[in-house]
Amino acid sequence: MAHITATAVTGKNVWDGGTSPMGASYGKLMMWFFLLSDAFTFSGLLITYGLVRSSHQAYEGLVSTFTFSTEYWPVPEKVFEAVPFLHGYELPLVFVGIMTFILIMSSVTMVLAVEAGHRMDRRAVEKWMLWTIIGGATFLACQAWEWTHFIVGTDSPTIVKDFVNGQWITKEVYGANLKINQYGPQPFADFFFFITGFHGFHVFSGVMLNFLIYYNTVTGVYERRGHYEMVEKVGLYWHFVDLVWVFVFTFFYLV
Amino acid sequence: MAHHAHEPQVTVLPPDKAKIKKLWTIALYLLIITGIEFLIAFLVPHEYKQLRVWVFVALTIVKAAYIVGEFMHLRYEVKVLFWSILIPIIFIVWMLVAFVYEGIKMPVFQ
Repeated sequence: MAHITATAVTGKNVWDGGTSPMGASYGKLMMWFFLLSDAFTFSGLLITYGLVRSSHQAYEGLVSTFTFSTEYWPVPEKVFEAVPFLHGYELPLVFVGIMTFILIMSSVTMVLAVEAGHRMDRRAVEKWMLWTIIGGATFLACQAWEWTHFIVGTDSPTIVKDFVNGQWITKEVYGANLKINQYGPQPFADFFFFITGFHGFHVFSGVMLNFLIYYNTVTGVYERRGHYEMVEKVGLYWHFVDLVWVFVFTFFYLV
Repeated sequence: MAHHAHEPQVTVLPPDKAKIKKLWTIALYLLIITGIEFLIAFLVPHEYKQLRVWVFVALTIVKAAYIVGEFMHLRYEVKVLFWSILIPIIFIVWMLVAFVYEGIKMPVFQ
């Protein structure tokens, strides 16, 4: 039975082999360095958003009188103010707040599953993994709603100037996709789809991995193996997804 | 190899009450900080744009530190691992500074 508990050894011969200088198993280290590279990928997306946004005209007037226009970058809280079942109410950022709450809670249940794994408590691991999966799936459902609302648009259209067949025309635009955008300049919609989409895909992969871990726990794979280190590794990934959301929340929705 | 015939004897340790309490406390901190961000978003007028942005960035870094340090356990790892993860982040900071600076200097495009 290959048992891969890594122990930290201090001393001058730590890098000579036979010990784990970083006090972590190969798999866990590789997860850490994968996450570091993934952090660079997300930074690339968010920083490009910052670059493009700061090169566009900012909205100068009062926030209370803000209207959508392709002339300036929108105020995010004016774009994201819809909540399911509450059509017609202006509730800025409330739904994003609920999504943040869900993701933070699922991060806590994940870390509790890791804690239970350290104690070889199979039942507790099962319980907390299931909560984590539910949290992740709920988040994905919220995001599906948010995307639908963003794509379909508001009740009243935005008048957008467009260059068609060699002449400028004006048209009414509802919602947004990669070609049209009622909320502001086109890159705003493009970045919304790319950044939240890339994060959402990470959440989706995370839910798949969490389910795999849950399945293996239920079938007793880790109990026979003698340790629950896989829960820890997938846990690192799941916390990273939460971490990225914290940054997306600030730089896309708040600032 | 795997013992399918007879399940191994597993000793289940009792829950570490102190540790679990600490984890819930950190979750509470994260939620409180998010709540503060909400309050700032609606109570501090948009005229104070610079102030708002810097406070948001600072609070985000505090939240990130809690998630990476406590939930991902990085604070308690060996120093070599800790710094191997943190030092490369310098490049992200530089990328942020350089790109946003470029963006401000770029001609406005419509």
